[in-house]
Amino acid sequence: MKIHVTLARLARKTRASPKEDEGVATGMVGAPACGDVMKLQIKVGKGGVIEDAKFKTYGCGSAIASSSLVTEWVKGKTVEQALDIKNTQIAEELALPPVKIHCSILAEDAIKAAVADYKKKHVDQAAG
Amino acid sequence: MLKLPIYLDYSATTPVDPRVADKMIPYLVEKFGNPASRSHAFGWETEAAVEEAREEVAKLVNADAKEIVWTSGATESNNLALKGAAQFYAGKGKHLVTVKTEHKAVLDTCRDLERLGFEVTYLDVQDNGLIDLEAFKAVLRPDTIVVSVMMVNNEIGVIQPIAEIGEICRAKGIIFHVDAAQATGKVVIDLATLKVDLMSFSAHKTYGPKGIGALYVRRKPRVRLTAQMHGGGHERGFRSGTLATHQIVGMGEAFRLARLEMGAENERIRMLRDRLYKGLSDIDEVYVNGDMEQRVPHNLNISFAYVEGESLLMAVKDLAVSSGSACTSASLEPSYVLRALGREDELAHSSIRFTLGRFTTEEEVDYAVKLLHEKISRLRELSPLWEMVQEGVDLSTVQWAAH
Amino acid sequence: MFAPVYLDHNATTAADPAVVEAMLPFLTGLCGNASSRHEYGRAARRAIDEARSKVAAAVGAHASEVVFTSGGSEANNLLIKGAAACLKPGLLAVSAIEHPCVIRPAEQLRKRGWALHKLAVDAAGRVDAADYQALIGERPRIVSVMLANNETGVVQDITSLAAQARAVGAWFHSDAVQAVGKIPVDFRQLNAAGVNALSLSAHKIGGPKGAAALVLDKRLDIEPIIAGGGHERGLRSGTENVAAIVGFGVACELAAARLAEVAPRLLALRERLEGGLFSLGATLFGQAAERLPNTLYFAFPDLDGETLVGHLDRAGYAVASGSACSSANPEPSHVLRAMGVETELARGAVRVSLGAANSAAEVDSFLATLRATALSLQRLTAMAV
Ligand SMILES: Cc1ncc(COP(=O)(O)O)c(C=O)c1O
Ligand SMILES: Cc1ncc(COP(=O)(O)O)c(C=O)c1O
Repeated sequence: MKIHVTLARLARKTRASPKEDEGVATGMVGAPACGDVMKLQIKVGKGGVIEDAKFKTYGCGSAIASSSLVTEWVKGKTVEQALDIKNTQIAEELALPPVKIHCSILAEDAIKAAVADYKKKHVDQAAG
Repeated sequence: MLKLPIYLDYSATTPVDPRVADKMIPYLVEKFGNPASRSHAFGWETEAAVEEAREEVAKLVNADAKEIVWTSGATESNNLALKGAAQFYAGKGKHLVTVKTEHKAVLDTCRDLERLGFEVTYLDVQDNGLIDLEAFKAVLRPDTIVVSVMMVNNEIGVIQPIAEIGEICRAKGIIFHVDAAQATGKVVIDLATLKVDLMSFSAHKTYGPKGIGALYVRRKPRVRLTAQMHGGGHERGFRSGTLATHQIVGMGEAFRLARLEMGAENERIRMLRDRLYKGLSDIDEVYVNGDMEQRVPHNLNISFAYVEGESLLMAVKDLAVSSGSACTSASLEPSYVLRALGREDELAHSSIRFTLGRFTTEEEVDYAVKLLHEKISRLRELSPLWEMVQEGVDLSTVQWAAH
Repeated sequence: MFAPVYLDHNATTAADPAVVEAMLPFLTGLCGNASSRHEYGRAARRAIDEARSKVAAAVGAHASEVVFTSGGSEANNLLIKGAAACLKPGLLAVSAIEHPCVIRPAEQLRKRGWALHKLAVDAAGRVDAADYQALIGERPRIVSVMLANNETGVVQDITSLAAQARAVGAWFHSDAVQAVGKIPVDFRQLNAAGVNALSLSAHKIGGPKGAAALVLDKRLDIEPIIAGGGHERGLRSGTENVAAIVGFGVACELAAARLAEVAPRLLALRERLEGGLFSLGATLFGQAAERLPNTLYFAFPDLDGETLVGHLDRAGYAVASGSACSSANPEPSHVLRAMGVETELARGAVRVSLGAANSAAEVDSFLATLRATALSLQRLTAMAV
């Protein structure tokens, strides 16, 4: 039940995506057929620091909680530091039961996907 | 004040009607004799009560009391009917026909029979959940010995064309079994006209206690069964084991009340169900599973698009509802019944089964409608899929990252 | 008002007031389906879990070894047919004095290629040692011998029988339906000796009809006999009878807690009754064997049992002429036949089975009534011949 409380609190704070603009990168992972889709958006400022993060998640309570938690955690970190967040930490923080571990893995993947998107755009810009 | 969570899961089980409980309790304490005890009044007293209850069960379905065999529930009745008939008539053939949307008690029994060397055809249903009679006729074979089709589906509440199937089976000399666990008290069952040979009943779906059911076994024309529970030869050898008198008395009273009250009760429940349906149908992208006409008034099974099932159930935990049938809801994969309606290709929806009953109130229905409006819009706000759909993305064209 | 005295506790018992009280919340009003995920379902599931622990504790088993069924008959059917379904057909043995719900399923297995050995018993109703030796030599795969017999009350030396069966790799089951609450039953201890499964039934121990259990060693694989939904670890499908299971749990708890106090009291009553019966010239069955403290099985030569119990019923005493479970069976008891009792005498059999609520005064008045009834019947018979 602890998860639900955390979920409700986090969800309220972090809901709704910032509109795509300068420095916003998006990672979308999962598939509806598997029961979860996570969309994580990060707004990266000077020096690669993540200034803001938002999520939208289609999935069970644990998936929503996991994605909500990473938006809290990545804020203030550099994109490189964000990549250090491991699913085991997420699972531990939320006390996820074994059957829900995949939710934390998906959240970790969402960070990776968002960072990859950021890097892609960043490299594109640098090249251009 | 509403008592939360609101119980809208009458197809999983019903409360015991207080009038039923009142009749049962004396049979636990003062009238406790074993109905099989022939040598004293304690036994005769309970035997008489058992026979009176048998009459009541028979009356609800217009059968003869001698055609009613007590069991521990519809699960056992289904096992006894299918295994018993298949084994008895094995000399005539090895083929059975049932439907993909049957209850597990029928499907798992059929799997057992397959292991014993029988062949089973699992008939598809149409997208409204009803079987197609032409498709049904087409799968019958000269060696088909038993057909099993449920009267009312437990998940979507649709009513199968039992009368028509019965005619077809009778003409071909095939034993016809009907699982009527969800039908008693909801639809009129007249076994004097229906060409049904075996019919399963359960008390706890009709305001009686759990742990008691019955199997109707037709006497004219006579249907034979191989017994599955052996012992003292109770129930004319069909089913051995001490009879649970208080439960039997409870089932008798529950079925008596159903007979007397179902007409008025079903109209009241239909009104409530329609109120619920109307209230929910102004939410975007919802659709009803199963035929809305050939359906019991108690059931509304509805899908909400772009909302995930488990988060939905969690969001509506003030409602005691079911996402599939109670027996299968330990796992959250989409229910096999809904999959059989051909909904599996549709992306991302989840369903709730609302089943209303004797004690459901208008206030409860209104509360449910309001709660769902709130929760669905909240979950959709959170859903990337809903966002994409709003932006005009066709989800079936998206390349999803596999994981 | 004349209140009949109930002396047929081996047929069934009244539910204990504490049992009824525990059941009421689940019997009246809304009790969820234990498979439902909502609060009503979870509450039902918790109640079942708690009852499972109580049943297990009462017979020294672990909760995970308890499989609930609808009755003792079903538990016996499940074990015999279920275990056989997991084995290659071979030799199956049951004692000749088993309850029909063991013997009949065993006979059914013949159709599946099994050979059946019905174990002989001696004149006192104990499994015959020589026949058992012979059986063991034939390496049976399944052996079922009841802990205590419902008619005679004779208690078998299960520990020794099971140990011999285990030595040849047989699975050993014991029907403990009549033993629980009357003598100590400890599955851990029995299991260590080689007993792999026990059958229990609630309505014989102050619990409700409609709940029972098979206590099962997890090394013994069995197939379910009722399929559909996968309840009870897949071994017994069907919506759980929550109220009866709760009642069963409480009944087991009470039976175990009261055993030390109840058993000697029952034994004293039985001995009082026995003394009286001897002086009336009755023949006692199973007398040379260890018996349940509550059961007494006797006959008067030349007196028909059915007739006698009919008169006793009218005089206000409920006793049995044979086993209540084999209804409408005019044949003399298969148990007595197996013990070598002559048919004539067996027809006279009357079973008295006492309960904790019976008193010495009731025993005495029963004896007085029995004497008067027997005398008048004997006079009538004497006139008739
Ligand atoms: C259609 C149907 N058949 C059979 C059953 C099983 O009945 P019971 O719970 O009495 O075993 C149920 C309910 O669980 C059902 O809905
Ligand atoms: C020894 C024994 N085994 C099994 C049973 C059957 O149990 P139930 O009545 O619960 O089906 C009985 C009594 O009927 C019995 O006495």
